Amino acid sequence: MKILSLGIIRGIAGQIVATALGIGLVVVTRLLMGLDPWAGDEAIVVVGGISGVIGFLIAIGAFNDWVQWARGKEVPLRHGPPPDRPAWTRYFGVDYDHKVIGIQYSVLSIILIIVSGTTASIFRLELAAAGPDFLDPMVYNTMIGIHGWGMLAATLIGIAGFSNYLLPLLLGARDMAFPRLNAFAFWINVPTGFVFWASMLLGGWDTGWTAYPPLSALAPLGMQLYFVSVFFYGLSSILGALNLVATIVGLRAPGMTAFRMPIMAWGILAASIISLTATQLISLAFLMVVMQRVLGMGFFDPAQGGQPLLFQHLFWFYSHPAVYVFVLPGLGIISELLPVFARKPLFGYKWVALSSIAIAIFGGLVWAHHMFTSGMPEWLRIPFMFSTLLVAVPTGVKFFSWVATIWGGKLVFPTPMLFVLGALSVFLIGGLSGPPNGIVTVDLFVHDTYWVVGHFHATLFGGFIFPFFAALYYWFPKVTGRMYNERLGRIHFALMTPAFWVQTLGQIRVGLLGMRRRIVDWDPALNLDAWQTAITIATWVIALSVGIMIVNLIWSAWRGRVAERNPWGSRSPEWQIPSPTPDYNYGHPIQVVGDPYDYGLPGSRYVVVDAAAAGE
Amino acid sequence: MKHIVTVTVLVIVATVLVFLVLRGAQLVPEAASAESTYVDEMFYAMILVISFVFSLIVVLMLYSIVVFRRKPGDTTDGPHVTGHTGLEITWTVVPFLVVMAFGVWGAMHLEEITAAEPDELEVRVLGFQFGWRFEYPDAGVTSNQLYLPVDRQTRFVLTSQDVIHSFWIPEFRIKQDAVPGMFTELRITPTEVGDYRVRCAELCGYAHAAMYAPVVVVEQQDFEAWLEGEAVAVPETETTPAERGALLSNENGCLSCHSIDGTTLVGPTWLGLYGSERPLDDGSTVTADDEYLHTAIVDPAAQIVQGFPNVMPQTYGSLPEEDIQALVEYIKSLGEE
Repeated sequence: MKILSLGIIRGIAGQIVATALGIGLVVVTRLLMGLDPWAGDEAIVVVGGISGVIGFLIAIGAFNDWVQWARGKEVPLRHGPPPDRPAWTRYFGVDYDHKVIGIQYSVLSIILIIVSGTTASIFRLELAAAGPDFLDPMVYNTMIGIHGWGMLAATLIGIAGFSNYLLPLLLGARDMAFPRLNAFAFWINVPTGFVFWASMLLGGWDTGWTAYPPLSALAPLGMQLYFVSVFFYGLSSILGALNLVATIVGLRAPGMTAFRMPIMAWGILAASIISLTATQLISLAFLMVVMQRVLGMGFFDPAQGGQPLLFQHLFWFYSHPAVYVFVLPGLGIISELLPVFARKPLFGYKWVALSSIAIAIFGGLVWAHHMFTSGMPEWLRIPFMFSTLLVAVPTGVKFFSWVATIWGGKLVFPTPMLFVLGALSVFLIGGLSGPPNGIVTVDLFVHDTYWVVGHFHATLFGGFIFPFFAALYYWFPKVTGRMYNERLGRIHFALMTPAFWVQTLGQIRVGLLGMRRRIVDWDPALNLDAWQTAITIATWVIALSVGIMIVNLIWSAWRGRVAERNPWGSRSPEWQIPSPTPDYNYGHPIQVVGDPYDYGLPGSRYVVVDAAAAGE
Repeated sequence: MKHIVTVTVLVIVATVLVFLVLRGAQLVPEAASAESTYVDEMFYAMILVISFVFSLIVVLMLYSIVVFRRKPGDTTDGPHVTGHTGLEITWTVVPFLVVMAFGVWGAMHLEEITAAEPDELEVRVLGFQFGWRFEYPDAGVTSNQLYLPVDRQTRFVLTSQDVIHSFWIPEFRIKQDAVPGMFTELRITPTEVGDYRVRCAELCGYAHAAMYAPVVVVEQQDFEAWLEGEAVAVPETETTPAERGALLSNENGCLSCHSIDGTTLVGPTWLGLYGSERPLDDGSTVTADDEYLHTAIVDPAAQIVQGFPNVMPQTYGSLPEEDIQALVEYIKSLGEE
């Protein structure tokens, strides 16, 4: 097998060549203009970074089918392993099967979680005790940004992972609405990841992921690569969301009305609508800083008539709703799995479904609550306080409905259920620490402290990490055909959940006592020693537990016991066909004849699946 | 029904316990301003509601986990209950009313803490990488310490000379960003005499973590005495350039990063700097003469000393030429004997 037949190797080679071409273009242009070519380092970095990503996508073949179409040629869509190469190679190249893309996304997400989590574990060592220890402040300031955006990218990519694998299966479709766009959107993330990490080689960027100017306009060159990478991650997110919305709207099985969809589809739909409409704003904000740095357009430079607060409005117009992009699909997983393990219908399906839409709508009206201390007009803080508090209402509806779902059920507790319950406990901390940030006066106190750090870590762990892990365990037999190791799964849960409570409650605690966000060193006079050490230990316990999960998943995929058809007794259609899922999923279209979560209703059915057509 | 009674009792007990623990845990720093009263009152009211909701959910969850487990050998499903519209409406409307009430109350508090009092003291605050400067316009005094009279409202007018900073004293609770190109406002009435610290709360670059300034709250007469003393300490004439440079270095925050006693801070110390050999980042060496010092102030990125980060603001180039000369003279006076 020739090495270049592997798509990702071809892509990396393409990225290197195209980066060099991009740099060459700027240098030659500047020479022709009679300018010192190397003084244009900002332009060199930006053009090199952008052309590198495009070069990767061309070389890996993400454009191939579209080029064929443009030339008037027919290109049939095919699933299944490549005819002329080993089956595993399809995971390292462009493949249009949503199940392959779902696995590619999920594995990439786990890699990003490992790298970004390790980053945090390292800088937590710096914070364990007061006084300068081993990290230079510039390196530390870069690491918090690498951790922050790395984790957010991992979240976006992880959601794309389970959405891509599961949504067509749960809706009874053969694939996503736009399989080629799907592969394209995935592969954007790989070269973009290289660009993102390369930013550390160019001096880093000491702004955190929020990248507020003027600081980001003054930061080292690495800043530009961060901006370029977020721009491309955003493009991938928009294209992915478009595909998910089209799939939900257009590819549901016959009989699947809106309120008979799997509840997770509502969460994914709400999140995708936000991604589709708001991501442009963060890309725009970052692009404007890029242009300020490259071309001297002083959008945010007061000396040129610019306004630093404009950036914050544009940035948060996406980055607040983005929180709901990160959590709504995860909350959908909670709603999806609770009925299976409580053996009882989801309580108030329509209310849970519509609460996701309500959160998406309110979530678009709250962005300036991140700016209560910023110096925007004082009266504006009042309407944003009210809109922010409103978000608590649909979130409460979800919580009460979940509790009512397990109330009176017949609960069973395999690892996925443990992680769902863990998610509830953690998201509860995140949810309850939210409203104090929404009240302006209290926010003027807790803003930019570790209270906020504790709050959003609980929100994102409860809304994404715990549900994502629950989903990995729950659908592992579907994806691999083998069972994960239950004992290792329980150990993972038993380590990670209490450790996370210590970490997040500790962060909230030190924040109230005066610990500011994003500081490399804290004032010993604050007497935080015990809490800071406990947080650091908790972080390492979480890291260890995630390591156990990874060992479990890899070992079990290889040597695990073969899983039965429907290990959870689920009513959902994907468990009525063999595992791993056959090509083209169901063979015949499935027929929806009932409600999805009618556990305990004798004789009821959700779907009619012709298992014989699905490869039996 | 038996379940409901048990759970109700457990929720009440848990709420009381959680609230008492949180109330007793001294969650927030000492309160030293009139505004703290409002913030803390609201905060603990929210802690009460949080204690209740937390207990409600946790008790219901734990109770379900313990009581509603599937018994070994049982393979049947739970009861087919799909929802209850009355309950859903209740847990939509009640939280809505509660959060809206908090919103109204919060708006009233905001009104209170932003209201101006007639005899407020004005202090202009300038944030810069990486320190603070305070100007008392009525007295013509500029200082790098924040002296405040107790029980009198101070109106802070904030701005920044480079990037965004945030002015925060935890004991006073409320904070406000200092943004270049605009003026922002914050009113605080200190209520306790004592020493505090301004802590920059917005990531502002390399030495953000160390961006502190001392705060001293004193009685009104002590405050006036301090102001007079400071006013005398800034003689307009009859000072040598080096003496003027010493004052300027203090006012412009140079000493946040450059010590005069040999300590290494963010930047090189000025003690013994003049006339010494400076190893540069590019491997070359220069002698720290007048020209070198001048360049280092107006174009700090031009010559980076080995072992130090390139983080000094470029803004000092806009100082008047005579001030730059005075600073150079001051550094010279600290030079090698």
